[in-house]
Amino acid sequence: MQKYNSEKLKAISDNIRIDIIKSLSEAGSGHTGGSLGITDIFTVLYFNVLNHDPGNPEWEDRDRVILSIGHVAPVLYSTLAHAGYFPKEELKTLRKLGSRLQGHPGKEHGLSGIELSAGSLGQGLSVSVGLAISAKMDNKNHRVYSIHGDGELQEGAIWEAAMSAAHYRLDNLTAVIDRNCVQIDGKTSDVMELEPLADKWKSFGWNVIECNGHDHAELIKAFKDAKTFKDKPSVIIAKTIMGKGVKEIEDNYRWHGKAPNKEEAERFIKQILKK
Amino acid sequence: MKYINKGDKPTKTGFGEGLAKAGEKHSNLICLGTDITSSVGMNYFSEKFPERFFSLGIAEQNAIGVAAGFALAGKIPVFSTYGVFAAMRVTDQVRVSVCYNNLHVVIGGAHAGISVGPDGATHQALEDIAVMRVLPNMTVLSPCDATQTKVATIAAIEKVKGPVYVRFGREAVPDFTDPNQEFEIGKGQLLKDGNDISIISTGHLTWEALHAAYQLEKEGISARVINIHTIKPIDEHIIVKAARETHAVITAEEHQVNGGFGSAVAEVVVRNFPVPMDFIGMNDSFGESGEPEELMQKYGMTAASVIEKVKKILSL
Ligand SMILES: [Mg+2]
Repeated sequence: MQKYNSEKLKAISDNIRIDIIKSLSEAGSGHTGGSLGITDIFTVLYFNVLNHDPGNPEWEDRDRVILSIGHVAPVLYSTLAHAGYFPKEELKTLRKLGSRLQGHPGKEHGLSGIELSAGSLGQGLSVSVGLAISAKMDNKNHRVYSIHGDGELQEGAIWEAAMSAAHYRLDNLTAVIDRNCVQIDGKTSDVMELEPLADKWKSFGWNVIECNGHDHAELIKAFKDAKTFKDKPSVIIAKTIMGKGVKEIEDNYRWHGKAPNKEEAERFIKQILKK
Repeated sequence: MKYINKGDKPTKTGFGEGLAKAGEKHSNLICLGTDITSSVGMNYFSEKFPERFFSLGIAEQNAIGVAAGFALAGKIPVFSTYGVFAAMRVTDQVRVSVCYNNLHVVIGGAHAGISVGPDGATHQALEDIAVMRVLPNMTVLSPCDATQTKVATIAAIEKVKGPVYVRFGREAVPDFTDPNQEFEIGKGQLLKDGNDISIISTGHLTWEALHAAYQLEKEGISARVINIHTIKPIDEHIIVKAARETHAVITAEEHQVNGGFGSAVAEVVVRNFPVPMDFIGMNDSFGESGEPEELMQKYGMTAASVIEKVKKILSL
């Protein structure tokens, strides 16, 4: 698929955000804050970084994206639709009975572009490790991208997986942390402190890259640095703001698991377009 | 009795031999170890195919996820640890990463049952059947001796498409089934015919069930013995036929009665042809340390306990 520059990516991010808001408002429930906060990362991944082919989603040599935080499914769906995996029209069916767009990604419902049914936190990194070892065994060059929340890092299994990725020197694996410093109960520093986060990953044997998770150019560079780093898995700790793009809900953890009503949705979309 | 013990052998050895055999034919077979590789019989594979064995340390939650990743990539991963961990420490990972994705991951549940002995309650898997059989997409195999465990393991690798749990024990137990047997997933085995009652058993207790049946024969009670090596999907036909023709059913398992194999049989019986039933197994308690045979006796999982239950149910 074509790779876009950071100018163009900004416009794509706006459009993905607008469709996230529309689909969540249609659904009446879902995770708005996290989905908007991680939108720039998804945009950069799918429109610049990944080797993938929306017309051939099962292409053997595609890069794999494992979304461990299934609750931000709206951003995955909106991004996949914009990339051409399925018609944008279908975004309206989010969370509805019979929809391929389940509340958390569910492959058995047949939506193309989903690599893993997921939603129970702390599991995705292990799956990514299995995919990455497998690619190495088969001398394949594709990469594995594992997407995680920061609150999710409180799950112990993440650190089991982190240990194993370093043990097997999985330099074909890039983990991305959506470091918005909030989770459902409030600030991560109040719920369960994660700092010093970069040091934790370093001590587990990872190459750590920190960047602004809303700056497309910085993200592109971070992914490039991760790709060229040898002998260690890389983690990109991307600083983000929950709800990014909609001023009135930015950094407000109350919007973690809430969907906008019709009026709010219209207002939010205006705010995205105004900026 | 028609069945001959070729010599006591642990069912985990059958698991290891099955892995080693299947590894020859399937270059995409992978084994994942969690620090108890020999203890679960996986050394038969790891010594033969070291490049396809991955050590993951004492970290089962990660190991099962890694297995899911391998399966997504087209490998056939085998994850094995003690049944208590394989079925319960990682239940949520098995449910979501493996079962919801319907991935062909082979899970070996070792040290199943109370016959693990002196290690005591923490290491005696007595709830794993109940937990594994309730998960959608999961196939549950519970072979009755080492020879059958070998063919069951190969069948789990070759014939099952989705997640599969293979249950086996540590203790050397009578090895009596035919080495040339065909292992048909979902098919029960009629080991002895009879008209008065059916003893439907799984795992180690099938040998005890046979002993009980031949003893009862001498006392004029004609007991049918059916071995169920596939608990899910269960062979409804053989169970309904048994209920219809013998009018009484006793199940036997080295596992909790609540929610386990006996419950699976009862679900079939009550839906199709309700008859009096009773259950051999653990009765809602933890095990304890002791020699395997002492424990089997104390907790009522021997031929003698089968005979006692048969007589009780027939006197109803
Ligand atoms: Mg967060």
